[in-house]
Amino acid sequence: MVTEYKEGSVGAELGQREFKVVGTRPPRPDGVDKVTGRALFGADLTAPGMLHATILRSPHAHAKIVSIDTSAALAMDGVKAVVTSDDFVKQGGSGNQDTLDNCMARGKVFYDGHAVVAVAATSVMVANAALKLIKVEYEILPHETDVDAAMLDSAPVLHAGRKFRNIPEGNNANVSGFWEFGHGDIDEGFAKADIIVERSFKTAATHQGYIEPHATLATMGPDGRGEIWVSTQGHYMVRDLSAAFVGMETSQLRVTAAEIGGGFGGKTTVYLEPVALALSKKSGRPVKMVMTREEVFRASGPTTSSSTDVKIGMTKDGRITAGQAKPRYQGGAYPNITAMLGAMTAFASYDLEAVQTQAWNVLTNRPKQAAYRAPGAPMAIYTVESVIDELCQKLDLDPIEVRLMNAAKKGTLSSYGPTFDEIGLVATLEAAKAHPHYAAPLGPNQGRGVSCGFWFNFAGNTSVSMGINEDGTVSVIEGNPDIGGSRASISMMAAEELGIPFDKVRTIVGDTNSIGFNDVTDGSRVTFSVGLATIKAARAAIQNMCGRAAQVWGIDADAVDWVDGAAVPTGHNAGEFPPMTLAEIAADSAKTGGPIAGHHEVNADGAGVSFGVHLVDVEVDPETGFTEIKRYTVFQDAGKAIHPDYVEGQMQGGAVQGIGWALNEEYIYGEDGKLQNAGFLDYRIPVASDLPMIDAVILEIPNPGHPYGVRGVGETGIVPPLAAVANGVSHAAGVRMSELPMSPPRILAAIDGAK
Amino acid sequence: MSKIHVSTSINGDAVEYLCDPSETLLDVLRNRVGLTGAKEGCGSGDCGACSVELDGRLVCSCLVLAAEAEGKEVSTVEGMADGEKLHVLQQKILDHAALQCGVCTPGILVAAKALLEKNPDPTETEVRYWLAGNLCRCTGYDKIIRAVMDAAAEMRGA
Repeated sequence: MVTEYKEGSVGAELGQREFKVVGTRPPRPDGVDKVTGRALFGADLTAPGMLHATILRSPHAHAKIVSIDTSAALAMDGVKAVVTSDDFVKQGGSGNQDTLDNCMARGKVFYDGHAVVAVAATSVMVANAALKLIKVEYEILPHETDVDAAMLDSAPVLHAGRKFRNIPEGNNANVSGFWEFGHGDIDEGFAKADIIVERSFKTAATHQGYIEPHATLATMGPDGRGEIWVSTQGHYMVRDLSAAFVGMETSQLRVTAAEIGGGFGGKTTVYLEPVALALSKKSGRPVKMVMTREEVFRASGPTTSSSTDVKIGMTKDGRITAGQAKPRYQGGAYPNITAMLGAMTAFASYDLEAVQTQAWNVLTNRPKQAAYRAPGAPMAIYTVESVIDELCQKLDLDPIEVRLMNAAKKGTLSSYGPTFDEIGLVATLEAAKAHPHYAAPLGPNQGRGVSCGFWFNFAGNTSVSMGINEDGTVSVIEGNPDIGGSRASISMMAAEELGIPFDKVRTIVGDTNSIGFNDVTDGSRVTFSVGLATIKAARAAIQNMCGRAAQVWGIDADAVDWVDGAAVPTGHNAGEFPPMTLAEIAADSAKTGGPIAGHHEVNADGAGVSFGVHLVDVEVDPETGFTEIKRYTVFQDAGKAIHPDYVEGQMQGGAVQGIGWALNEEYIYGEDGKLQNAGFLDYRIPVASDLPMIDAVILEIPNPGHPYGVRGVGETGIVPPLAAVANGVSHAAGVRMSELPMSPPRILAAIDGAK
Repeated sequence: MSKIHVSTSINGDAVEYLCDPSETLLDVLRNRVGLTGAKEGCGSGDCGACSVELDGRLVCSCLVLAAEAEGKEVSTVEGMADGEKLHVLQQKILDHAALQCGVCTPGILVAAKALLEKNPDPTETEVRYWLAGNLCRCTGYDKIIRAVMDAAAEMRGA
């Protein structure tokens, strides 16, 4: 008999459960391939007869496409196919149409780098030479890349009629979305305050900065069947969108996920895949497309830039009486909901009587934003955490004590609506307060910054299948590309549930024809959702194996339990037969009813929110304005860390991306609306010599929504660094910075301005 | 455009190839020789994912013309392990979980190997500055630095 798992009933047992595999640190199954160069990433695959395709991109920030003449390119030796937006199937007025129009501009180009024409040829060199022969006539239109300027009545309008929410009066046509959250009487709250601080902040757009550029290989025969090999966070998403865009049924397109060289949200959509497929359809040959780094910067990602007004009231002893935030985000030329997520997360760390957030999304002549690790949250929480720090400074209060006094806890009505269940913010703050880092002495020109961070975590559609092999090993198929070690954690949960060693399980990421649908790898959902489905698939297999043992023993299936990887008789049959192991049951499976497998399909729920607290010591050089990170400690609630090494890795990696956002990273546009720093030399992500070790402290406050208590851990880590570093800088340099990145010239200007 | 004939040595094997004058060593390794371990992250020498050794010198293979390999010895990540036995650096990267997506890992390994050949006992700061040309977006470098320091210690002891 399988012990029935009842939804929501496991919270109490989670704290006590003793794990054998979960919580250990075994080597990852894809490790050897990745240290020997054998692992095949997006750009590593070739196919016989393969063509190479490249893209002609807009040199203008905003223009009408008057005409496109590809005849000279098509006539060139070695050119096999050319596609424009005319070669794709219109999707109607939906978000999918925006995605298609972003892959290949239709009628208008909306940003510097927008794709216009693609050419497939016998080599990259030939394809690039052919691009030079294409004549595109543009009618240049006025452009705008700044969020605040795009909201003015004088701003050029990008699209008419794209407002997808009730937009309040007084907003221009570029405002495509408006959202409002909160509870309580905000005016009454501010009236109770002893002190109110009101500030405005700006943050620059940053790119996910994955080291592997977008890459894909597509092939489609005259029979209308296609295959795509691609670096993506979601190959089912690639299948559905690519099939729709070229007008084929999803079952006829099989998509296989390559090893993925980083995503961070930036590979949750399509850019090249439908284009390569359309070119293959036209040419009848496989087509490979790989973006250059310049194309990655100009035409993929980035996240939104923001401009936000924040107002917080506090009593003298540190109680927040009211909080208000008004984030305005721009995410390029197409509507998106990142500003909504900013409004939802801004005050999520706090238990407030009165809170109000209002968010605007504004269209600008920049590339279509893509998700970036906790999309919307870092910039919103940066503004709130900066103002709370200033209030603590003004009132001479300890910043962690104040956060503890106001921290959200179980039963708190969150600032975005739901009431929190078991959450770990208080424990995380307590851990930070007790850590030696918080009491360590600071040197001259040094300052310590603190910030909380929050992310919802997603769950969603998930399918897992596992086969029990005759030699007692287990093959697991999941459908979510592994971006940070998830095949290890999935294998661990399968081994744990089945009661067998980790090395008896091998997990692969199946292609779109191998198992049911899966949402993309996003929202920190994989270890939670795929783990949940894996545990339930294992339970299904266990039920089957208990039945096989019962059959052999000639007893009732209900009288068999599963203990430590073996079926054992229970009740009045207890002890009557020796345990029958998984390997023994599997070896005889042909005699007891055939192959043994388990599978589970679910639209998962109950992801469990995640909180983190970061501590940073910075030193600001008053001569140059340069900021050095001297010490950094991350505290985060993982619910249950399945593989602690990779949980730490997520926390450390998120922190460093956030440090880059705080100090260096920035999309810089000129007056001409062109991106000026489309390369790693001028868009500077943190390098090894910029950083100290990043200490990671994992807390485990079990999530009642998961059998093992797992919470997603991938995203929360990028949220606190923006404010933590900014608060550290303000203490070190004696100036309050209100614009990111805090590059040396900006800090120097602030220091000089304060003199 | 006529092609250039190149005779070179890659990971100890004699290799000949024809290349265009404009082709990089990285292009040839990946597209003509079939060694895809070195990755193209930027094509401009900023990310280090294409790191290889050329006559023992650490280079970005995207900044070296394929024709320049004539008569030289090229070492790539594919040449690091000895049959089934991983190089100490490869083993330490695994032991320390010092990779997430793994796309920068080949370049980090080649660069770290070049460091330890020159300086078997580097300080943490020396490792950080040597690897400053190898971008990693996943790990925050912490576990990579620990793995390289640990490998250096083990190689000194061996």
